[in-house]
Amino acid sequence: MDHLSELENKSIFIIREAYYRFKDIAVLWSIGKDSTTLLWLCRKAFFGKIPFPVIHIDTSYKFPEIYAFRDEYAKKWNLDLIVGKNEEEIKKGMGPTKGAKLDCCNELKTNALKATIARHGFKALLLGIRRDEHGIRAKERVFSPRDENFKWNYEDQPAELWDQYKSTAEEDNHFRIHPILHMTELDIWKYVQRENIPMTELYFSKNGKRYRSIGCKPCCSPVESEAATVSDVIHELETSHTSERAGRAQDKEDAYTMQKLRSLGYM
Amino acid sequence: MEEKTLHIVIVGHIDHGKSTLVGRLFYDTGCLPPDKVEELKRISAEMGKELEFAYMMDHLEEERQKGITIDIAHTFFATPKRRYVIIDAPGHKEFLKNMITGSSQAQAALLLVDISQGIKEQTRRHCYILGLLGIKQVAVLVNKMDMVDYSEASYKAIRAEIGSVLGKLNIKPAYIIPIAARLGDNIAGKSDKLPWFKGPTVLEALDSFSTNEAQTTRLRFPVQDVYDVDGEKTAVGRVESGVVRKAQDVYILPDGTKGRITAIKQFMRDDIGSATVGECIGVTSGSALKRGQIVVDEVSSTITDTIRANIFWLIDKDYKIGIPLTWKCATQEAKGKIEKIHKRFDPASIEVVEEGAKEIRPAEIAEVEIKLDRKVVIDRFSDIPEMGRFVLEHMGHPVAGGIII
Ligand SMILES: Nc1nc2c(ncn2[C@@H]2O[C@H](COP(=O)(O)OP(=O)(O)O)[C@@H](O)[C@H]2O)c(=O)[nH]1
Repeated sequence: MDHLSELENKSIFIIREAYYRFKDIAVLWSIGKDSTTLLWLCRKAFFGKIPFPVIHIDTSYKFPEIYAFRDEYAKKWNLDLIVGKNEEEIKKGMGPTKGAKLDCCNELKTNALKATIARHGFKALLLGIRRDEHGIRAKERVFSPRDENFKWNYEDQPAELWDQYKSTAEEDNHFRIHPILHMTELDIWKYVQRENIPMTELYFSKNGKRYRSIGCKPCCSPVESEAATVSDVIHELETSHTSERAGRAQDKEDAYTMQKLRSLGYM
Repeated sequence: MEEKTLHIVIVGHIDHGKSTLVGRLFYDTGCLPPDKVEELKRISAEMGKELEFAYMMDHLEEERQKGITIDIAHTFFATPKRRYVIIDAPGHKEFLKNMITGSSQAQAALLLVDISQGIKEQTRRHCYILGLLGIKQVAVLVNKMDMVDYSEASYKAIRAEIGSVLGKLNIKPAYIIPIAARLGDNIAGKSDKLPWFKGPTVLEALDSFSTNEAQTTRLRFPVQDVYDVDGEKTAVGRVESGVVRKAQDVYILPDGTKGRITAIKQFMRDDIGSATVGECIGVTSGSALKRGQIVVDEVSSTITDTIRANIFWLIDKDYKIGIPLTWKCATQEAKGKIEKIHKRFDPASIEVVEEGAKEIRPAEIAEVEIKLDRKVVIDRFSDIPEMGRFVLEHMGHPVAGGIII
């Protein structure tokens, strides 16, 4: 079996395992390349129709291209889309101003997600995170239990042997499940190419710049790049050496921001 | 470049240099982006140290402050020959479950031994576990050669000790390589300080390992779930061994019902004739299938409610005979308990602690007999690993891993 098929099969196995364990499950879709790839894999796992809701956490600060892409494919792929939004904080003017980035992420992403989970009673969420994205993510398990305060107990994670994932225990409030944890940024793009997965145009070069990682508009800066197609992007990644999140504000504030965010429940 | 990725686990006693080695491997192969090198320099300075490669893998705040690895980290790197996933496993006894989690995902292992310390408790424990998990491709790296002035005599002395300990555990290391991880000696390039050593560098050793696992031809297709696909009941799952073919006659275990594969399905693919190990598929057959059943080509599996196995105890509480457990193997699940503990071992000393025991203690290994409340389908680990290994849970928590003997 070739490399990409191996990765794909691993993901499909995990997605099906998750759905077997949890019927109150949803998949988080940020419209970025990773979660769009995850959606694609879910469609494959279930022969075209994803049998659970797809959640988009909307901070209201997303790129216009993201909203357009979301609405187009929610329709094309017949998704059961749930948009989660912290309207109250948005009305109060919460935003990523200097020094308040952590608060903004916490309110508009984490708390919006908490409220969405509570409203729908989800017991498990599928997330498109990858181990090579950030150091802290290299430590993630495939099935990651969270307690009622949303905490990730990274010091004492359950053993995970031979694709046997932890069943639920009383103290588990919900599970984060990571079906593409084993893929790298380059794997994703090669898989996107092989499968012809649609992607928002933000990833492709316009006037010498493109986004390598997308999130909220104020907190993402484009990188210099001439890569205008998927194969250009692959070529660029194979020959360049800066890390993916170099354009994201969160990581620069201090070395442990990600850990703090994650232990607070950020995805 | 080879198609397959090799997963390697890096093990060894605490402080023998695991994290440093990983950092160095990345640095020397140019896999560390410049902004990461800058970050490492900054963090090292914040912690009052020179460039400390260990920080590359130890990402948790506690890990850096205490200078220990708590949990496994997976990283990716590549040589011109192939891709690697490197799993850095913690060395402390209390994080043994993380070490085992990491090792269970590996096809090869690098075992680090600090020359100034020699073989220690966790070195033996880790070797024992590698042996149990059936990891046959092992390279031992004798680290911190700079501390003994790159002395060949010191290397030879420790090589003899390593040989005798590993021999008892039936592990035959492919290489025993003298290195200095922090300084990069014999990692990516041959060291001029170790001219007497004629063997490979760490990278050469890795590239010499193989990704091919012995594959059996017997079909094992555990049913994972049943979906309705275009109005047809379709059993989905992953082929764990052998090949499944359209129009093939099969048995459905444990009952032994006969069936025939009428179709193999994947999304957006038509007319699939066969599927092989590792492929996730859906199948239809004359009979109604359900999760936990195993589709086989001929009845060569063992169908039983009594399992003899070596288990490693993962949690920091004792097990006492009779405590209820859930047994999970492939997609099978059954309730049961350990009825007999034939022997329990302390892998750190490699000695049998007790025969005919009544309990198993944290971090111990035991040869046991498990009694289940129904018949299940198993193979010996040495025949079909995917059907010969299992996890035991207590109240939803994984408490042990096991190998069927
Ligand atoms: N002198 C010397 N020290 C080393 C060498 N490799 C690692 N160390 C040091 O040994 C200590 C423990 O290393 P670390 O990689 O954290 O060990 P781990 O606990 O096995 O991951 C650190 O202070 C390293 O700088 C080496 O080749 N020579």
